[in-house]
Amino acid sequence: MPALKVEHLAKTYPQKRPLFGAAPPGVRAVRPMSFQVETGETLGVVGESGCGKSTLARMLVGLLEPTEGTIEVEGKALGTADPSEFGKLIQYVFQDPQSSLNPRKTIRQVMEAPLKRLHGMAKPARKRRIAEIFASVNLREEFLDRYPHEFSGGQAQRIGIARALAASPRIIILDEPVSALDVSVQAQVLNLLADLKTRFGLTYLFITHDLAVVEAVSERIVVLYFGAVVEIGRADRIFASPRHPYTGLLAESAPVVGRSLKAPEQKGIELPDPLNPPSGCAFAGRCPRATDLCRTREPELKQMGEDQLAACHYPLEN
Amino acid sequence: MGGYILKRLISAVPVLFGITIIVFLIMSLIPGDPATAILGSYATPENVEKLNRELGLDKPMVQRYFIWLGNMLTGDFGRSFSLNRPVIDEVLERFNATMILSGTSFLLCSILGILAGVISAARQYGFADKAITFVVLIGISVPSFFLGMMMILLFAVHLRWLPVSGMYAIYGGGDISDLIRHLIMPALALAAVATGVVARLSRSAMLEVLRQDFVRTARANGVPERRVIMGHALRVAMVSILPVLGIQAGFVLSGAVYIEIVFQWPGVGRMLVDAILARDLLVVQGGVVFVAACYVLFNIAVDVAQSLLDPRIKT
Amino acid sequence: MSAFLTLLFRNRLAALGAVVIAAILILVLNIPLLPLHDPDVTATADRFMRPFAEGHLLGTDHLGRDLLSRLLHGTRLSLAVGIAAALIAAAIGSAIGIFAGYFGGRTDNIVMRGVDMLMAFPYILLALAIVAALGPGLMNALIAVAAVNVPFFARNIRGITVGLAGREFVDAARLAGMGHIRIVLTELLPNVLPVIVIAMSTTVGWMILETAGLSFLGLGSQPPQADLGSMLGEARSAMISHPHTSIVPGLMIFLIVMSINLLGDGVRDALDPRLRSGALSRPRATTLVKRHGDVPPATDELLAIQDLHTEFHVGKRNLRAVDGVSLAVRPGECLGVIGESGSGKSVTALSVMGLVASPPGVITGGAARFQGEDLIGAPYESLRQKRGNRVAYIFQDPLSTLHPLYRVGQQLAEAIRSHNNLSNTEARVRAIQLLNDVRIPNAKSRVDDYPHEMSGGMRQRVGIAMALANEPDVIIADEPTTALDVTVQAQILSLLDDLRRERGLAIIFITHDFGVVAQLCDRVAVMYAGQIVEEGPTQAVLDAPAHPYTKRLIACVPELGGGRRELAAIPGLPPVLDDLPPGCAFAPRCSKAAKRCRQGEIPLHGPAFHAVRCLFPERAL
Ligand SMILES: Nc1ncnc2c1ncn2[C@@H]1O[C@H](COP(=O)(O)OP(=O)(O)O)[C@@H](O)[C@H]1O
Ligand code: SF4
Ligand code: SF4
Ligand SMILES: [Mg+2]
Repeated sequence: MPALKVEHLAKTYPQKRPLFGAAPPGVRAVRPMSFQVETGETLGVVGESGCGKSTLARMLVGLLEPTEGTIEVEGKALGTADPSEFGKLIQYVFQDPQSSLNPRKTIRQVMEAPLKRLHGMAKPARKRRIAEIFASVNLREEFLDRYPHEFSGGQAQRIGIARALAASPRIIILDEPVSALDVSVQAQVLNLLADLKTRFGLTYLFITHDLAVVEAVSERIVVLYFGAVVEIGRADRIFASPRHPYTGLLAESAPVVGRSLKAPEQKGIELPDPLNPPSGCAFAGRCPRATDLCRTREPELKQMGEDQLAACHYPLEN
Repeated sequence: MGGYILKRLISAVPVLFGITIIVFLIMSLIPGDPATAILGSYATPENVEKLNRELGLDKPMVQRYFIWLGNMLTGDFGRSFSLNRPVIDEVLERFNATMILSGTSFLLCSILGILAGVISAARQYGFADKAITFVVLIGISVPSFFLGMMMILLFAVHLRWLPVSGMYAIYGGGDISDLIRHLIMPALALAAVATGVVARLSRSAMLEVLRQDFVRTARANGVPERRVIMGHALRVAMVSILPVLGIQAGFVLSGAVYIEIVFQWPGVGRMLVDAILARDLLVVQGGVVFVAACYVLFNIAVDVAQSLLDPRIKT
Repeated sequence: MSAFLTLLFRNRLAALGAVVIAAILILVLNIPLLPLHDPDVTATADRFMRPFAEGHLLGTDHLGRDLLSRLLHGTRLSLAVGIAAALIAAAIGSAIGIFAGYFGGRTDNIVMRGVDMLMAFPYILLALAIVAALGPGLMNALIAVAAVNVPFFARNIRGITVGLAGREFVDAARLAGMGHIRIVLTELLPNVLPVIVIAMSTTVGWMILETAGLSFLGLGSQPPQADLGSMLGEARSAMISHPHTSIVPGLMIFLIVMSINLLGDGVRDALDPRLRSGALSRPRATTLVKRHGDVPPATDELLAIQDLHTEFHVGKRNLRAVDGVSLAVRPGECLGVIGESGSGKSVTALSVMGLVASPPGVITGGAARFQGEDLIGAPYESLRQKRGNRVAYIFQDPLSTLHPLYRVGQQLAEAIRSHNNLSNTEARVRAIQLLNDVRIPNAKSRVDDYPHEMSGGMRQRVGIAMALANEPDVIIADEPTTALDVTVQAQILSLLDDLRRERGLAIIFITHDFGVVAQLCDRVAVMYAGQIVEEGPTQAVLDAPAHPYTKRLIACVPELGGGRRELAAIPGLPPVLDDLPPGCAFAPRCSKAAKRCRQGEIPLHGPAFHAVRCLFPERAL
């Protein structure tokens, strides 16, 4: 049984109705997508800004109601958006560690909330649990009575992780958890996450825009483009032998020591407009292989070789 | 642009309705029998009966509202008992005088306020900044009616430079220079507070803007400092100053009530206060609705100016 | 709280306001104890006595009543009514604002429409209508003043709440299982409270004025009871003959309102976090220069930064952001500067043309020479003529660095016309040419776009076009691709590389990405805590770093194609710049640190082309 199973999950943000005339069609931030995450696995999700990463994440934790589709955790379907129902099963670690902590609450107050509200723990039990969690994320207990502004980004992110752990969830959604951190601190946090995963038998969904990071931490990777999954594959293979041209473009664009500079795309390419989405493949405007078929029919996600799926009419050969 | 103006005008319709409803609701707070309350000491039995018929005071409230609204839409604001003339005539005549006074003050406070704010920000912590901050502090702390009285004492009574009060001289006045001589003191007294508010806001808006990255870009491009301040920075600061000018217009219009009393200026404000003291409530109702409606239109003009200034606003 | 009070009273004007208002409050609260006349007893024989008259310190009014006694009673009344009105308005308005702001959607829409309607009245009309309906009287005036101020609070607090409700900690609270009421009370309210206090402290004076105003008009307190406004109103008819009866209450209102305003400003400054960290101050046109020591002699490099020291003076703290940095570029060369955030890369770059925000920035030593001429401390006009003309910048975030209200063409044209005597049309033609040069498709129509109408990559191209506008010799690019997606970054980098080869530009390229440095730069300098710790040819530094920090930093960065793995990490945190340890700044995090490392300045040494600031380098140079 997969830890997390998502089927046809989609979100359309409605647009404001103009004074005259009918409401325009909404912005399809996440197009119907299905995938699953096995227990103990880290599934990486990559994509460029605006491709729907955060919308997906917020739906998965119940902060945003999906327009359609279902979310199942360990075989049990979760109802409509209600963070307190989701909270015990799925937790969230935010991109900006500082702004995810209430500036006017001590760390202890922050840590107590999930224990009290989700698990109804009594005070002594809470105290013990907090001490345990803090030890596991390498934070000193004396931090508990301080306020968020007294912490550096890396420390604040550890606190964010500790809070997520306090709910004893099965799954943690990590939304760009290290993007706001400096590289030297980033490695500390990534290693801590890996450690916690094995220790508590967690399952991760790791969202980022950084290809190198996602490759370093995930077992499998989902590539998003314009709100849709374009490719899913094993982390150690997907960038080395991509099947979807967009994945290929991403891999070529990433700056790598020892690779000479070449622009994979020369012209200033215009990205698809969410208010006026293209018919057919969203990548067609940038794709060197695009044909009329691509511009009229949306490609579906198809199995391509062993455990790799891509949504492309003319996939790259390897 | 034309479309945007039209859109704003259309969206003003519910606001105007809301205004009439609010005024109507407030007026229905009047304790006791409304007709007698409205007519007060002028109540004769015939008048009470006539008013009851006019306002349909025997009818349910909703119906009464629509009768009142219908009458107003045809320009019938009722008849003033204390003045014995149609309310609308009185309001229009008085509004003219108020517009001269508050219009002048509004121009003064906008120009002086923004200028002072910009100078103050550009010379932050310098002598000019300190002097302006001090004057502004006094400006926003002194009650305009007291300021007006002190100005009369100094400039009219002691120095005899300007006339004590009124809009025109009683004998031989009536031309534009006479008007200006009468206008100077009340316009300045009325503008004082608003100028202070605009100056403070402009100063902080400018300081805020001058810290932004695009100012550094302009400097990095070698754009001369004068142009950085008066062009780049002020333009962006105006985006937050303009709405405040709209609000200040309301404050100037409000302050005009005191100034009109102090300087015996024949405007709407004085009319309203007199009417309240005489319990001539039809005049109050009509005056309030009329002035508020004009203010709504003015604010639409501000919005349109804002959309011209800021291309990010969807028109 | 005590921090707040210290901050408040450090502001001398606020302290003055507090003292005056406290004195007035003590006086009026002790009225029963003072030997005062009855304020309402008339004595027509004693009317209009002048101040300092026998038995009447401030004289008497038109009915012979003691002015001092009336003044104090009136002050008490005015203060009570004004403060009550402020409290009522703040409570109701803030509740409405928080409610509408937190729940958003339709609730918000309906509530705020109502508020907008109330705000569509010039406030006094509403107040007059209320008084007209309820009848003149002090209580009714209070209700009217409170009512007209409710929308102000509601709108203000709603705005703040909307901002807070979208913050991530509110989401986190929901995930922790908190309900709406609990979130409003424990997450939002504590954060909104300071704003409510600020709004109140800045409006209380205004509300006292307003109630006084209604009384002045005869619509507030009714005789014989008097507040300050009605005293002034009654005195008005005798203003010319007996001005003291007007001046006394008028001055009192002025004194009260002014001290409350001073105090209110102080409260605002002390509570507003932005103002707290060093008052809002505007950066000057050029960075302040206070150089100690000798200015290094001229060299013949194109651009040379020599032993540069730049500090930030924030309150009592003295941050040494740049601590003796030397760099130089030759024509056609690309020099990379790499380091973690806060290591002083940007400040080094901005110091060259005097663009470090000042206050609080101060250049305290060294030189920045363009073709031998020192730019630091150069007169404004000579610096301005070189800005953008000889040395140009490209900044990180192209949305905030372009002017939001001018078309990109206008901005380009202005950059050109700041240094060249071109007509508007000529400048426009040149602007289109520049947009073409940076490969913006359809430049002829794009020239009339506003920045917000372009994508991030397009905007950065405009930023580059602007830097190229006057064909400078040096371009300083401060993380120009950090805000961009990888595919766009690749395009921008190759564009910059082409331009440098075609035009022989010297580029100083600041970044925190080793991949970018490796692909673009000939030489690289690594910064840590405001100093250069290693400098050398890119290839050599990346392949075999000599400084322990460089080595460990490179190891931290995951590289594409490396597969799933444990990453090396550097323990600890970068140091605080106002409290640097003596000796090597990296010592607390360095595994090789020895006693000698913590003593005395460690010089940058090695052969001219590859230097390192370490006593025990990773390899011999
Ligand atoms: N306006 C400022 N006021 C106070 N300190 C500043 C200011 N700008 C930068 N600093 C400080 O200077 C140091 C170096 O900053 P910076 O050059 O921006 O680093 P980098 O560009 O390497 O990230 C940092 O510690 C930063 O906090
Ligand atoms: S479907 Fe066509 S346009 Fe889309 S990625 Fe595949 S080849 Fe390119
Ligand atoms: S000088 Fe010493 S502490 Fe500093 S980096 Fe070198 S070995 Fe480490
Ligand atoms: Mg920087």
